[in-house]
Amino acid sequence: MIIHHPLLGPRDASEFVYKGDASLINRPDWQADNAPELFHDYLYLRDNPAGEHQELWYHEQGDRSWLVVTRNTLTHDITNVELARDVAFAKQANKSGRVEKSGRGKK
Amino acid sequence: MSQINRIDGGLVDRTQKLNFTFDGQTLEGYAGDTLASALLANGHKMVGRSFKYHRPRGIFSAGSEEPNALVQLRSGAYQEPNTRATITELFHGLEATSQNHRGSLKYDFMAVNDLFSSFLSAGFYYKTFMWPKAFWEKFYEPVIRAAAGLGRLSGEDDPDIYDKGFLHCDVLVVGAGPSGLSAALSAGRAGARVILMDEDFHMGGRLNAEILSVDGQSGHEWTRQAIAELSAMDNVRLMTRTTAYGAYDHGIIGALERATDHLISSSDKPNLKKPRQILWRVYTERTILCAGSTERPIAFGNNDRPGIMLAGAVRAYVNRWGALPGKRVAVFTNNDDGWRTATDLAEKGVEITAVIDSRDGQPPVDVPNGAAVVMGGRIVDTQGRHGIRSITLSNGQKIPTDCLAVSGGWSPNVQLTCHQRGRPTWREDIAAFVPGGELPQGMMVAGAAAGNLSLSSVLQDGHDLGNQAVSDLGFNPTAAVAAISEEETVGISAFWYVKESKARSWLDLQNDVTVKDVKLSHQEGFRSVEHLKRYTTLGMATDQGKTANIPALAVMAECTGKSIPETGTTIFRPPYTPVAIGALAGRARGKDFRPARLTPSHAWAEEQGAVFVETGIWYRAQWFPKAGETHWRQSVDREVTQTRASVGVCDVTTLGKIDIQGKDAAEFLNKVYANAFAKLPVGKVRYGIMLREDGIMMDDGTSARFSDNHFVMTTTTANAVGVFRHMEFCRQCLWPEMDVHLISSTEQYAQFAVAGPNARKLLQKVVDSYHDISNEAFPFMACGEITVCDGVPARLFRISFSGELAYEIAVPTRYGDSLVRTLMAAGEEFDVTAYGTEALGVMRIEKGHAAGNELNGQTTAQDLGMGRMVSKKKDCIGNTLSERENLNREDGLSLVGLRPVNRSDELKAGAHFIAKGKAANMTNDEGWMSSVAFSPSLGHSIGLGFIKQGNDRMGEIVRAADPLRGSEVEVEIVSAHFIDPEGERLRA
Amino acid sequence: MEHRGLKYSGFKVIKEALTGHKGWKPVWRTPKPREEYDVVIVGGGGHGLATAYYLAKEFGITNVAVLEKGWIGSGNVGRNTTIVRSNYLLPGNEPFYEFSMKLWENLEQDFNYNAMVSQRGILNLFHNDAGRDAYARRGNAMILAGADAVLLDQDGVRQMYPCLDFENARFPIKGGLLQPRGGTVRHDAVAWGYARGADSRGVDIIQNCEVTGMVIENGICRGVETSQGTIKAKKIAVCVAGSSSRVMSMAGMRLPIESHVLQAFVSEGLKPILPGVVTFGAGHFYVSQSDKGGLVFGGDIDGYNSYAQRGNLPVVEDVCEGGMALMPMIGRARLLRMWGGVMDMSMDGSPFIDKTHIDGLYFNGGWCYGGFKATPASGWCYAHLLAKDKPHPVATEYRLDRFKRGAMIDEKGVGAQPNLH
Repeated sequence: MIIHHPLLGPRDASEFVYKGDASLINRPDWQADNAPELFHDYLYLRDNPAGEHQELWYHEQGDRSWLVVTRNTLTHDITNVELARDVAFAKQANKSGRVEKSGRGKK
Repeated sequence: MSQINRIDGGLVDRTQKLNFTFDGQTLEGYAGDTLASALLANGHKMVGRSFKYHRPRGIFSAGSEEPNALVQLRSGAYQEPNTRATITELFHGLEATSQNHRGSLKYDFMAVNDLFSSFLSAGFYYKTFMWPKAFWEKFYEPVIRAAAGLGRLSGEDDPDIYDKGFLHCDVLVVGAGPSGLSAALSAGRAGARVILMDEDFHMGGRLNAEILSVDGQSGHEWTRQAIAELSAMDNVRLMTRTTAYGAYDHGIIGALERATDHLISSSDKPNLKKPRQILWRVYTERTILCAGSTERPIAFGNNDRPGIMLAGAVRAYVNRWGALPGKRVAVFTNNDDGWRTATDLAEKGVEITAVIDSRDGQPPVDVPNGAAVVMGGRIVDTQGRHGIRSITLSNGQKIPTDCLAVSGGWSPNVQLTCHQRGRPTWREDIAAFVPGGELPQGMMVAGAAAGNLSLSSVLQDGHDLGNQAVSDLGFNPTAAVAAISEEETVGISAFWYVKESKARSWLDLQNDVTVKDVKLSHQEGFRSVEHLKRYTTLGMATDQGKTANIPALAVMAECTGKSIPETGTTIFRPPYTPVAIGALAGRARGKDFRPARLTPSHAWAEEQGAVFVETGIWYRAQWFPKAGETHWRQSVDREVTQTRASVGVCDVTTLGKIDIQGKDAAEFLNKVYANAFAKLPVGKVRYGIMLREDGIMMDDGTSARFSDNHFVMTTTTANAVGVFRHMEFCRQCLWPEMDVHLISSTEQYAQFAVAGPNARKLLQKVVDSYHDISNEAFPFMACGEITVCDGVPARLFRISFSGELAYEIAVPTRYGDSLVRTLMAAGEEFDVTAYGTEALGVMRIEKGHAAGNELNGQTTAQDLGMGRMVSKKKDCIGNTLSERENLNREDGLSLVGLRPVNRSDELKAGAHFIAKGKAANMTNDEGWMSSVAFSPSLGHSIGLGFIKQGNDRMGEIVRAADPLRGSEVEVEIVSAHFIDPEGERLRA
Repeated sequence: MEHRGLKYSGFKVIKEALTGHKGWKPVWRTPKPREEYDVVIVGGGGHGLATAYYLAKEFGITNVAVLEKGWIGSGNVGRNTTIVRSNYLLPGNEPFYEFSMKLWENLEQDFNYNAMVSQRGILNLFHNDAGRDAYARRGNAMILAGADAVLLDQDGVRQMYPCLDFENARFPIKGGLLQPRGGTVRHDAVAWGYARGADSRGVDIIQNCEVTGMVIENGICRGVETSQGTIKAKKIAVCVAGSSSRVMSMAGMRLPIESHVLQAFVSEGLKPILPGVVTFGAGHFYVSQSDKGGLVFGGDIDGYNSYAQRGNLPVVEDVCEGGMALMPMIGRARLLRMWGGVMDMSMDGSPFIDKTHIDGLYFNGGWCYGGFKATPASGWCYAHLLAKDKPHPVATEYRLDRFKRGAMIDEKGVGAQPNLH
């Protein structure tokens, strides 16, 4: 696979280390009343979609950026790559930002 | 007489005679031959035995689809089993031997299997060999295993070299037949970066095997000119002997170049320093698949005898290699193309005994002189033990022949189109599957691979797609037009097997799968194609069923009453043709399997005769033997004793070092460590524990504060990479608003532990004198930036892993070698010792420090006796989930010290604790011994271990049971701090 | 219930051979689904078929359907490296896998089908002292749980496998933990044998029947919607490892599971050279040789979420590097086929056999890449749970709520990151 790094251009996926669902950016509030439950769901439960998936890749053999890659788990096609830091900022700036919006915990 | 079946013509170089051996017999061929063409030229028909029934087998095809003619090539460590003679380029000194027989090839004892074939029907083994139970492993299976496989590995290390490389291009053309050459010409002329690869050693594809004209000249001549034009282009790379074996995500193609396989014999090999094969990963914008098509056979009674060949192969041997597969040739076909074999051979003066066409009506071309023509004909049986001698038609007529050319039509080579999501679609007019569904990214298919079976359409198609590919990429195609040739007739009427045959009719020649087996599979309910394959082993042989799968599918379709596409197609998986495991591994073997990291003191340690140990990818000094020490324990005991008595030096560079800077550095550490860090004063070091988010211990280490905004962290060696990755995750993904930056400085600093009562005295000789490192000025857990040896910058940390008065001193890596020599020289007056990882391990066990065996990813801070360090007053990674009930059980594990009741007993790590008087079983299992050492300080074996409620059980005696090694030792539960529990030494 | 199919035996094979093989019957029927069953098992893989078989044979529940989207055995039982073993460390796992091992040892006689259970031993190599200590702990845990284990030193390994790299290795082999009773099984035959045994006891095996929805009324699961219509059942037992998240999302559940692709490889057929299973400890590589002669090998998962049954080259090369580092004699053997299977990678590397919070809906999954060896025990324990509504004693830890309680079963100690298990 080839990941188009926003700063470095196309790089072979073997330069990266995979972590998992980009929802891991959304770390819960430790002081929430139901913090144990929130942390459980955050750390352990996954949508695991067959289709578009936002996920975290780390450019370990490169510039050490964490990236949010939008990739289809059926076709492996990649449609979007962003710096995870930008995504995390956007999420902080706007609680309904894209990572939040992407359908965690759908009905 | 040599080369009795060699005739004039073809592309072999008769000026270059090559000697080779087959089963020990010396034979002769020419440059340009394959092993198969040379064997045929020498009149060899039978070259192997089939897998199950050990039936005699000859050469069947002229390409990589070959199911039969598999040989063992070369000898000794160079022996290559299952090598297809049809694609093995002849070289001087080639050695080949036949496979899969006991006794000689001709008189194979295992051929007895054939007599019992009706007992060995598809899947018979699933129904028997079950009684008596013990017999499967003791008797049945050994017999079956002994018969397994075809060729043999030598059992010796592969002595060849393999390389890997990466290629980048705009257009990759796979296959250099007429369509591939045309595509490459179009794309190359437009200026795109083009790679043209072909598995053959001679580009041209079927043009090499046919007598056809292109652009008014012979196909051979046109090919020669096309290659010449392409070779002259700087933007085009031509790769022969290179197979594109797989299509992967995002347009990446895997290819294997057989770089030197064709050059020399085993005996000359050791002198050849070049790689045997090169594995290429090709990154390309467009791939034009011009892989051609493969002819299929027709199944009929005893259709597996040597001399029965694909019709296209027969004329390839005659036209390209001037090698006659037989003197009296018959043809059995269901299509017009099969007739070409008859006309081409007749033109060379070969006797055509008969042409049997399964179709009714008139012959499509003129009948060669003297040939019997049977339209609507069927062959029901053949005769000839070691090679075909005659055929029997359905009307009972028997026709003598020594070569039968069979054509059941051509199947496009769609394999690479299926390696991802592509699923081929059926085309009734050519009775074949063509590429369908979603093709791999950037892939286009041209020529016969796309189902265009006539030469003129193939040339046009290749030309057009070459132009289309470059247009897509922004190049301007040239005005050149496609090469032209006359139209041929390509009529076909699907015909798969002769129903009238009573004898067994083979579908999969290598695995001995017959029409009857497919019918039995249907009868027993194995009707899905995948069940059929798995039950009968169809298509599982080394040829992957290239000639077998579709006829078998047709038989199954007939059984189920469905069409072929409704019955399905099996999914093609990489590789297109088998790839040597050595090539896929490349140079990553032996010592080069993984990179090696060396510490800054490595060269010095080598000079001291150190024994090294692999620690991850590092090599670390394990101990430093001195003259007279014959056992490692003597060295290690001495290193420990000397360190504790005076001073020792150990290279600890491998510990991860992370430089942390920024306004929020302290707050950041406060969040990644479970214990408090925000208020650590400048000039101080603190021990920290890091949890994973699930509350389990991830790592431990120290962080030193050099200024308000600057910390230096150490991690364990094993977790250095993972901790850094984790911290970058925290920084970028969790707390992007923090002003903090991380740099790994493991490589940048050489770091040494200097430990022992004389550590300060030693360091005072090295540290520049204006730095006060007295106990008052530089107490336990102090840190500072200093200079050594007249101005060399350094960092000093007063931390201790050994439990002694100890420091760690770090200098830029380039001074590391010099520093260790300086320290050791300065330490001479104190009888300083270097110590390795073993002594390090002994001292940390004596001191009760946890290390890798304790921080195994399953233990909590609580288990390790550090539960109170986990702050509940702040947000940090892991503290919320560390509170879960099962991680805080009253009967949870505690890390304790263990000592043998009988002090002379040796403890073993991995033993489990069982209470006295209880049975040694899982129910009574209370924990395990994680680390052990012989303590020279105490004079007996000691251990660390986890045991239920250990903190409340000090003084209790339990059994350390080690049934695996047949021992059991009584141990007393004690504090893990065997040495200096009050910590007086390290504050001294 | 009596076995109402054909009895297989050597005698029967001979008799059929002499009479033109006319007497062989389909190994399983092709029934139309009925309107309602006592139990509907979703997924006709090894575990689903085993569950049906043991429900019928051991618990007398025969009004059962197995629904399979494609052809039975098309999941991971049809694409694995055939290894069976019970060399686990943790008390939550070891008794379960040892139970499975014992079932394997009697399976063929039990279901009258030769699945070629072949106990030629599995050897896990270690390359340093810490590895030895960890394997010693594990070997002792195995023995305490009633399994077999032998700790070999380097010479012991050399005697069994002289053609490993002992001379020039980057990570020298120091020894290994051998389980002599480990081995391999002909994987497809396991599915067929269970299917045959279940079918003959009345279970309906329905192929080409895809579940498209769950029928849930008032918090109770009452059936499934399928491509062949609605099928009602008192209990719905999902058993679709690889696709667990997709199927359970139909019931609104999110699981502690990610789907990952694991590649496997087979070489051309070779004369016997490897007696048993060998697992490299310093790289990602394990290998055995099949009864047909192919070297069957694999390594690590590709490492990213995927439902595509195919992987990529970096892992192929990584596995072959491991192979050549361990046994450089295989360099000239050719890789014949590579394929990928989709794994339910769970958050602690261990599986689930549990009731869900929805009455009538049961879940079995999360097998990571270790599901094949578990097939008999998984089937038995799932059948036990379905029949008795309480977990089988060897499967008490495989609960869906274990992460809430902090009761992880993490053999590798890598935490909540599925691609590291």
